[in-house]
Amino acid sequence: MTIFRRRLQETGKEMSYEASKMALEEAGLELKDVDSVVLGSAPDAFDGIHLKGENLLDGAGGAGKPYLRVFVGGGTAVFSPIAGWWHVASGLADVCLVVAEEKMSSCFPHPQSAFGHIWDPILDRPLKPNLVWIFAMEMNRYMTVHGIKKEDIARVAVKNKRNALDHPCAQLAADLTIEDVLNSEVLAWPVQMLDISPPSDGASAMILASEEVAKKLTDDLVYLSGAGWCIDSTMWTDRDLYFPEYVARAAKMAYKMAKIENPPKEIDVAEPYDPFDYKELHHMEGLLLCDKGEAPILTREGVTERDGDLPVCPSGGLLGVGNPIAATMGIKACEIYWQLAGKAGKRQVPNDPQVGICQAWGDLMQYGSVLIMRRG
Amino acid sequence: MTKPENPRGVELSSKQMKEGDVIVNKWDPRVKYAWATGEAISRFLEEMKNGKLIARKCDSCDRILFPPRMFCEECFKPTTEWVYIKDTGKIETYSISYLDKDARRITDPIFVGVVSIDGASEKMGIMHYFDETTKEDIHIGMPVKAVWKPPEEREGAITDIKYFRPLKEGEE
Repeated sequence: MTIFRRRLQETGKEMSYEASKMALEEAGLELKDVDSVVLGSAPDAFDGIHLKGENLLDGAGGAGKPYLRVFVGGGTAVFSPIAGWWHVASGLADVCLVVAEEKMSSCFPHPQSAFGHIWDPILDRPLKPNLVWIFAMEMNRYMTVHGIKKEDIARVAVKNKRNALDHPCAQLAADLTIEDVLNSEVLAWPVQMLDISPPSDGASAMILASEEVAKKLTDDLVYLSGAGWCIDSTMWTDRDLYFPEYVARAAKMAYKMAKIENPPKEIDVAEPYDPFDYKELHHMEGLLLCDKGEAPILTREGVTERDGDLPVCPSGGLLGVGNPIAATMGIKACEIYWQLAGKAGKRQVPNDPQVGICQAWGDLMQYGSVLIMRRG
Repeated sequence: MTKPENPRGVELSSKQMKEGDVIVNKWDPRVKYAWATGEAISRFLEEMKNGKLIARKCDSCDRILFPPRMFCEECFKPTTEWVYIKDTGKIETYSISYLDKDARRITDPIFVGVVSIDGASEKMGIMHYFDETTKEDIHIGMPVKAVWKPPEEREGAITDIKYFRPLKEGEE
């Protein structure tokens, strides 16, 4: 993966090339060994370039090959490797290169203006919404239903930004206190500046291979053992936002495939989607890693620290490393691979993790994608 | 060795962009859209002009669907009946926003949230503004009522309701 920054000099195509090249080098492969390419990238509105898949194609190494661009909002970060897995699991490809790219800085002065295009044009847009509103509304509902204090949510931002100090790509790594988060600028109550991940440019890539091919490349195999995805109705004002039922459905689909019956006991490391600090907690509950309302308590008790019983976002997450939407694959799916392969270096969680889960989330508070990996 | 190793990429500052240290190309798209509002929402907006909220009933699951739609997304069957609902409801969630739609800071905050409407099925509502309340008083579960624009100013839009205000005691 590339570094994640507010603005990179490279074009999206160049970033895609850099990430693809790094993945091929780590795997010991060349582009000619790749049978198919999946490219994940989020809304075209950020780039002002439609046919974005085609724009990025050459950088992603897809020219002259079976090539597919996927986009499911913020869920793209974990859906892209799921789409790559189809290619290999179906037998169509022995090697699939999955590339995820996002360049949010092209839309200026702020990419927020592009987010305006995702709202319902008749019911929502006349109210001139800001995307932060949906997080604020969901966070308030979640806090109120369970009686959660803001300081217990702020703890996630502190943890993830601190974890990010060990990530070479990090944009917002910092050693902060809970007070720093609680005293940061109020943007849309209850959301404050340090509750949020930044807009970023960046790209990441990973290689998926059939068992036969992978065995020739490495002795340390990591298997994709479960995949799930689910989307709820777009009528988001018609349901209770306190629990992401669609994430739970996606997780159950993935657990069934991976033959996992007791997620809190069987999962050794987790990378749930954390664009906002409360979202990590919301998604831990959606992933059935704990009971509803229990995630803030586990966080307070240190269970989710890198050396805790269930390390959560050891990468530093979106909060610390950055949020180039689709490219956060690098800190979700790639991170779980690096953790299970024992390649995470300073970020490595202890005790030889065997099973890991990652998840992404998006659209209008309605989409969840889940991928489980296991060490061979 | 920690992966990723030696990640690539060159950071640019906004100063470098603004001061012309790097070459940039700009484009200012002027694309306009006009959306047909469809079968269900057209009627809904017509009724907004009359100062009324209207929903659709699904005979199959008995839900009163709001905002109205011509088909039930769960039963996947046509809805069957128009049903007037009230212009009162309950705050399901809210935010107090110091950001406008382009992330510019504003000093006079916007009170915004989801209001579920009385007479529709549970939790069914719309996003809208709140007013005539304070940061201290507003809360989830607060009963509220629509404040409509004067009839001559209504145009068949969600903004024909100016905002929702707290329901007064004894009021329906």
